[in-house]
Amino acid sequence: MNQITLKKQLSTDVFLMKVRAPLIAEERKAGQFIMLQVDDDFGERIPLTIADASEKDGTITLIFQVVGKTTSDLAALSEGEAIPSVVGPLGKPTHIEKFGTVVCVGGGIGVAPLHPIAQALKKAGNHVITIIGARTKNLLILEDEMRAIADEFIVCTDDGSYGRKALVTVPLKEVCEKNPKPAMAIAIGPPVMMKFCAETTRPYKVFTQVSLNTIMVDGTGMCGGCRVNVGDKVKFVCVDGPEFDGHLVDFDNMISRLSSYKDIETKKHRCKLEGCK
Amino acid sequence: MNHKTETELHNQAVKDLAEVLPKIAQYKAKDRLKIPAQDMPCQDPVVRRSNLNEVALGYTLEQARLEAMRCIQCKNKPCIAGCPVEIDIPRFVQHVAEGDIQKAIDAIKEFSLLPAICGRVCPQETQCQLTCTTGKSLKDIDKAVAIGRLERFVADWERTQGTIKAPLVKTETGRKVAVVGSGPAGLVVAADVRREGHKVVLFEAFHKTGGVMRYGIPEFRLPNEIVDQEIDTLKKMGVEIKTNFVVGRTRKLTDLLDKDGFDAVFVGTGAGLPMFMGIEGENLIGVFSANEYLTRANLMRAFDRDNADTPMYYSKYVAVLGGGNVAMDAARMAKRLGAKEVYVVYRRTEVEMPARKEEVAHAKEEGIHFYFLQNAKRILGDDKGRVRAMECLRYELGEPDSSGRRRPVVIEGSEFTLDVDTVIVAIGNGSNPLIGQTTPNLNVNKWGNIIVDKETQKTNINRIYAGGDIVLGAATVILAMGEGRRAAAAINKLLAGAG
Repeated sequence: MNQITLKKQLSTDVFLMKVRAPLIAEERKAGQFIMLQVDDDFGERIPLTIADASEKDGTITLIFQVVGKTTSDLAALSEGEAIPSVVGPLGKPTHIEKFGTVVCVGGGIGVAPLHPIAQALKKAGNHVITIIGARTKNLLILEDEMRAIADEFIVCTDDGSYGRKALVTVPLKEVCEKNPKPAMAIAIGPPVMMKFCAETTRPYKVFTQVSLNTIMVDGTGMCGGCRVNVGDKVKFVCVDGPEFDGHLVDFDNMISRLSSYKDIETKKHRCKLEGCK
Repeated sequence: MNHKTETELHNQAVKDLAEVLPKIAQYKAKDRLKIPAQDMPCQDPVVRRSNLNEVALGYTLEQARLEAMRCIQCKNKPCIAGCPVEIDIPRFVQHVAEGDIQKAIDAIKEFSLLPAICGRVCPQETQCQLTCTTGKSLKDIDKAVAIGRLERFVADWERTQGTIKAPLVKTETGRKVAVVGSGPAGLVVAADVRREGHKVVLFEAFHKTGGVMRYGIPEFRLPNEIVDQEIDTLKKMGVEIKTNFVVGRTRKLTDLLDKDGFDAVFVGTGAGLPMFMGIEGENLIGVFSANEYLTRANLMRAFDRDNADTPMYYSKYVAVLGGGNVAMDAARMAKRLGAKEVYVVYRRTEVEMPARKEEVAHAKEEGIHFYFLQNAKRILGDDKGRVRAMECLRYELGEPDSSGRRRPVVIEGSEFTLDVDTVIVAIGNGSNPLIGQTTPNLNVNKWGNIIVDKETQKTNINRIYAGGDIVLGAATVILAMGEGRRAAAAINKLLAGAG
């Protein structure tokens, strides 16, 4: 179980892995995630979105960026090795139907979870406008895959090293100004990007769905570490989400909570690098 | 505080036993009542505040025999009725008094499969020991025969002897049962159903088995070794264990029956979503559910900060909201993780606290402060979104409410501020929504708890049974086991009929 059947480096820090997990491959739907652990005794459980799956091969595809201890341990595994714990699919699947025109916005690593959703929306008969962006050219992922399913496709980078030199919110605004405006938007990426996408669409009253990636311990509703304010309610990302109405999410609180352990992790990381223990 | 060491207690017991033993055959009830009640030897409170080792060290044989001799073997045996699984308590206690521990463990095991666990975590003072005749005669419930400690002694004796026998398994029937959740209810169902010769697959969502006994109850109260032992016994019986498997998500509940060939399913998925107060500031950094705090420290081993990847918040001043066992566990864990001061804030008084008496006493010995008749009004943060203080209100007790406990009434204008950097919310759990969300035809009540037939634990769906906290809401290990027992009996009956 959980053998890595394919490993590919997509950009400097971003890896793609196909992992044997036949039951998850069979059950998963767009929008869902898994929790994984690289060491069953002392490892941390982290949530990762399922980027793709093949029921036939019994594999799921994970795309992740190396940002901390667990993702770097994961990236160190080779093809043929197994990930000790993979559990899922978790979270509510994305609600897919024919809405009309849907604009899908992906930022950085967020393009990975966006891909299966865009795919499903296209399959349901929607007109899909896709905007993907990254800080710089070599951080862009899945461009060909996204282009292949989009009816209209825009790519941009913050530094102008590829495509349009713009933040994704700029083309998003243009799309919203079109007549008729899109039926809905889906934005997935870093929290700040999702926050500003929601701010961009708010004046146009274009419903904007975001997919949140908060701190989680169990991923099954038990710890409450992933809680966010959505409107006047407190929601658990793992069982109520991960997708919510971006116009109602309290992004500032969510971003603040994401930094809960920053001090500890930075210190620990530095300690390990410098071998101070 | 008067802390007697293990050696002191043992030496005293050796002396007392030597005196009592030659005369015990002639002892009348009134003589037995004069035998001194045996204190539980414990780790020194100052030492244990910084380790995870078990606090209560367990009786020695001499202590156990003396304590057992305090039982007057009364006729009406109220202790049995007080036990949710109706262990023949006087019988096993009699064996301990006689020093025949093998017979004692055999007697317990006729009724309970997990004595090492129950002896440690059952709320004996509200169950078997509540109505104990010895305690009543001495007009002090604390002087009841220490049934729980004796149960623990007997179970530990068996484990250290290495004589634990896996229960006999009958000839394979070819029937297959899925047990969902490896907490106390699930373990009992797995064992009881397997004994009848049915194949059992035990599904666990986490990477480790044991449910609340692993993620929730800390090692200083229930060492992992004890839970591992019980799981090992199940494995020896041939129970198959599948971790990292979330029934409802990895596989639909009904698919287990319809696609995977299981003949019956037991759902023991436990308590779920932690409840919060719904007050201002509850999403600040430094506010945790007790579930999260304890899961990090226990299951994810973040207590071991140097080796664990899962981070644990650094806290100096901690407020714990609630008065149950989970609140005690969280408070004592915070202390062990290095907090300078820990305050348990509870809106009623000590009398109404649902926690085990022994845990409250241990917490006090460890220097935990108790603030009764107070509750949080809001949590205040600094400019970085971190907890800096908690504003509280004072309460007084009014008329009894529906639970029979006097209702706490807020004293208007009594606000005051407690300087804390961490708030742990331990006010209970709602039900886990996963099974309900993914099994649309399953009947649940308005709190999301699965509705079952009280005799058989059967749900409204044929061949699906449920028990433990997913049915009861937050309850105890022993009540979950009791439900597991009933469900297993019903499943065995169903399969026998069908076979």
